[in-house]
Amino acid sequence: MHLLEGEKLTKQFGGLIATNEVDFYVDKGEILGLIGPNGAGKTTLFNLISAALKPKPGKITFNGKDITPLPAFKICRMGIARTFQTVKIFPHVPVVRNVMVGALFGTGRHLSNAEAIKKAEESLEFVDLLPMKDALAGDLTLAQQKRLELARALASSPELLLLDELMAGLTAVEVSEAMGDVKQIRDSGVTVIMIEHLMQAIMNISDRIIVLDYGKKIAEGTPAEIAANPKVIEVYLGEECDVAS
Amino acid sequence: MKNTSSAQTARRFAGYSRNRLISMGVMVVIFIILAILPVVAPDSYWVTRISEYMRYGILAIGWVLFSGPTGYMSLATAAFYGLGFYMAAILNGPLPFAVVVILSGIVGFIVAAAIGALTLRLRGVYFCIFTFAVVLLLNQVVLEVERLTTGTRGRFVQQESVHVAYWAILIVFILTVVVTMFIRRSRYGLALQSIGEYEEAAAHSGINVVRTKVVIFATGAIFMAMAGAIMATRRSYIDPGIAFSMETSFLPVLMAMFGGMGNLVGPVLGAVGFTALRDYLVTAYPDAFMLIFGVVLIIAILFMPNGILGVAQQLWRFIRRRTGGSPKTPLEKGGRRAPA
Repeated sequence: MHLLEGEKLTKQFGGLIATNEVDFYVDKGEILGLIGPNGAGKTTLFNLISAALKPKPGKITFNGKDITPLPAFKICRMGIARTFQTVKIFPHVPVVRNVMVGALFGTGRHLSNAEAIKKAEESLEFVDLLPMKDALAGDLTLAQQKRLELARALASSPELLLLDELMAGLTAVEVSEAMGDVKQIRDSGVTVIMIEHLMQAIMNISDRIIVLDYGKKIAEGTPAEIAANPKVIEVYLGEECDVAS
Repeated sequence: MKNTSSAQTARRFAGYSRNRLISMGVMVVIFIILAILPVVAPDSYWVTRISEYMRYGILAIGWVLFSGPTGYMSLATAAFYGLGFYMAAILNGPLPFAVVVILSGIVGFIVAAAIGALTLRLRGVYFCIFTFAVVLLLNQVVLEVERLTTGTRGRFVQQESVHVAYWAILIVFILTVVVTMFIRRSRYGLALQSIGEYEEAAAHSGINVVRTKVVIFATGAIFMAMAGAIMATRRSYIDPGIAFSMETSFLPVLMAMFGGMGNLVGPVLGAVGFTALRDYLVTAYPDAFMLIFGVVLIIAILFMPNGILGVAQQLWRFIRRRTGGSPKTPLEKGGRRAPA
């Protein structure tokens, strides 16, 4: 049984088909990369999994349970946490309390205040934000806010973590740090699906990659297979043509 | 090292810092003074005045409880307050006064939960307008029902004495303050604030956004309806226009902005200051009252974005800087501009 499985996930916005009968799965302990040109439907797929949007038609199962009809907060409590492409933190709330939200509400268990604080501080420690815990979240830099979002997601003790462009806008050093973080998260037993535009990063750490284009899945395989796939090269680099003629 | 910082944070949220103990002590002393006031000074003028302050205090806190952190501007206060009026008009007499007040709270909660479930999917100005319309709707419906059933416009209410009403409103006031403080400090306070800051992120972090909003909105309505039931017994006659007066919806909002919404002192300060100012202007300048009142209000909103409390904080910071102390005040963090 796969950890998470999507069957024929379709989502239309008016006449625009954002995802078109996408089938996918992720197994426990994997890092699954999700790539594709802008507008390919990557974030829509995340929104479908996390129940920000509902597929029509389509079915999503998590640990063998049909989670398609569940609201977003239940999805989170079942163990699927996410971050957002544009950071969505609580700017006027202190950093530690931002993360406590995940610990208090997202785990599906009842934690006491002290337990939640402990959990939040552990998550903050992991993303190196513990020294900032009493600052207001809105006062952090963008890179720090992204790490804060990651900490909030981790505090909800997820089994599956959806990372939407965690590394976009980061410096080279920060990217390599983030790559280390993702690997460490996986090694701690959390399965990861990540959307990323940085090829170097995604090729490096993914166990498997799915390529979307115009809402359709056009390729799936190991990073090496994807790099050699003519369809993927066509989508990213344009069609091959005969220069001589 | 890590453990001590964790313990410090824990203590801060458990709420037993020295400042908090002091403020709780001050609160208890104020409550005791208020409780014995009618015995010491039975002069009904002050008893009535203070009942009035507490009534608006209840309404302003009840409003801030939900609308403060979430930024959902509710104008339904008059609906729940008026509901209390009619509960008292119909039931006071056949049922003991205390039972009427408690029943009003329960009915207020149920009606508010129903209204909340319908309207809280709306955001921003749509929610605001809908709650405004609820008051007008109730006004018309009650008027029409009265016309069909009793054939009259209004009703007589069995009165309670000034002192009974005073103590009743004091009990509800204390209840409002204590419950609101408890909610604000609990995890639901954090949930509400998260919803106000970024509703989508709150939902994806595991907060049951709809239930949290509806329950807290309805909790605020308990106090509003109870206040209505008590204040109705100070009148002999009510009709839908009095019970569902829009003033009851607008004034608490203005008072909360006037006082500041960072903590609970703000709305109470706003309620007292506002009511006192209005009383003074009505007696001193009966003709120009509304004009002066309006100008004062506009100046207050323009130049005191965080209310009286905000001004007090700035002053405090100024004094601290002069004397070389820390410039940060504890209130600063919670301070938020009025919801738009």
